[in-house]
Amino acid sequence: MTAKSWKGLETYLLVAPQTLIFLLFLVLPILMIFLVSFWQFNGYSMVPAFTLDNYTSIFTSSVTVRTFLNTFKYVFLTWFFTLIIGYLVAYFLAFYVKDQRWQIILFLVCTVPFWTSNIIRMISWVPVLGKEGLVNQLLINLGLVQQPVEWLLYSDFAIVLGMVHLYNFFMIAPIFNSLMRIDRNLITAAQDMGASGFQTFKEIILPLSAPGIAIGSIFIVTLVMGEFVTVRMMGGGQSASVGKLIQTQIGSLQYPLAAANAVILLLVTLILVMGILRVVDIRKEL
Amino acid sequence: MQKRSLTFYLLAAFFGLFVLFLYGPMLGIFILSLQGPEGGLTFPMKGFSFYWLGQVFQEQRVGNFVEPFLRSLFLGLVIAFLSIVVSVLAGLAFRSRFRGANAVFYLTISSLIVPSVLISLGIGIVFQVLDLSTDWFSSGLGAHLTWTVPFAFLIMLGIFNRFDPAYEEAAKDLGASDVKTFWEIIFPLILPSLFGIFILGFTLSYDEFTRTSLISGQDNTLPLEIFGMTTNVTSPALYALGTLTTLFSFTMIGIAIFAYGRMARRQQE
Repeated sequence: MTAKSWKGLETYLLVAPQTLIFLLFLVLPILMIFLVSFWQFNGYSMVPAFTLDNYTSIFTSSVTVRTFLNTFKYVFLTWFFTLIIGYLVAYFLAFYVKDQRWQIILFLVCTVPFWTSNIIRMISWVPVLGKEGLVNQLLINLGLVQQPVEWLLYSDFAIVLGMVHLYNFFMIAPIFNSLMRIDRNLITAAQDMGASGFQTFKEIILPLSAPGIAIGSIFIVTLVMGEFVTVRMMGGGQSASVGKLIQTQIGSLQYPLAAANAVILLLVTLILVMGILRVVDIRKEL
Repeated sequence: MQKRSLTFYLLAAFFGLFVLFLYGPMLGIFILSLQGPEGGLTFPMKGFSFYWLGQVFQEQRVGNFVEPFLRSLFLGLVIAFLSIVVSVLAGLAFRSRFRGANAVFYLTISSLIVPSVLISLGIGIVFQVLDLSTDWFSSGLGAHLTWTVPFAFLIMLGIFNRFDPAYEEAAKDLGASDVKTFWEIIFPLILPSLFGIFILGFTLSYDEFTRTSLISGQDNTLPLEIFGMTTNVTSPALYALGTLTTLFSFTMIGIAIFAYGRMARRQQE
């Protein structure tokens, strides 16, 4: 064997384990979801016989359609609030914290909660938002309300709050990264030429940070699309999302129906991701 | 340096509120877990003791905490180790151009982008069709890898991008084999970063919930156990458990940052 062909083979051997992991635990499972979504369900297990019933039952059920719409609502609201918060935080860190040491420390402060348990982070809202929680105690003591406010916890408000709390890091990190890459000379040049602060932001900073916004948005969309834990814990059983629907269907072993829902969920997610990628070119960022 | 403007103070205030939003609730349950035995789920705090922290380790209504913890610990260590091995190998391969590199890259990234519930459902279906039983160490392990390996891989790409090839070319010119070059030159240089990836992979796995939730089989990992407890535990023991496992995560992150800083500094000297 020549040295060159060994080099080529070596490369493929090196990349094989990682590829194998994703073929086994990502590609194969998704292919199986697709396949099973056309199978039948006989009341207690799935049967490999072709049917379109799973899909027709989704589109004809107003409950399911409403569940999908409800999920989109969570996606949009979470995206909106994480974008605003994430951008302001990243902007502050990138342009207003001049000392590099402090920049790293404050960025780590934003990052650390991401490495802790989501479940615990959600539980921790109970003493704050609950019926006898801190917010209600405060409101009653101030005389602003007579009765405790009920919708603070176990509501759509709580679900969106929980998601913003859990996922803001996914917006902050890519936006911070793209803001840090902006050549500071560009900004100085714009100011020298008489641009106002707002003009500099609109003409230079915003377009150059668009790839970061796009990457953050893709993360938020995909994270919230399949959400069921936050919906379950912060929504308290009343609210519905597609992820939760899938989870319930698996609980009653209706794999084909769950699979059909998953396929539609995946398609919608891919369309949204493609849409984002059409608007913004993120390749330079990778 | 510019004079600090009004914008600075407004943004700084916003940042402060944001940090309060991030850490405030967590701090709340830390405090509430230190109540006396008569304590409840909300403020104000009733008494002060370590009673509830101790309750976590007792076998009682709260459910068992020690075994799921050991499971998550073991799984996290295995996942961290596997993520490093796999991503270092792939990272080495990606230093040269090869056909299919793009495909492997996008395959890896797509694992982060597919909604987690699909991973769980899909692996569940595969195991069902193959008539295998799901367990935290088989299907759970696979699900965790789809979450940790992409992060490890992206970091590895970053590391090798900044890597100066001059050292290893020198080693090769002196006649060292590829394997020897790796262990003697490359490995010591990337070691601090590997340590970072290890802790990162560990904490990601240790706290993972969604991808494992449908396919953990009979025995729960720690996050699943805690989730189960939320529905039927009404004492501060839940907060105590939250406090302990969060402190554990914080400790790991602290060690990682400290050790990374030290090793990076030693290398520069």
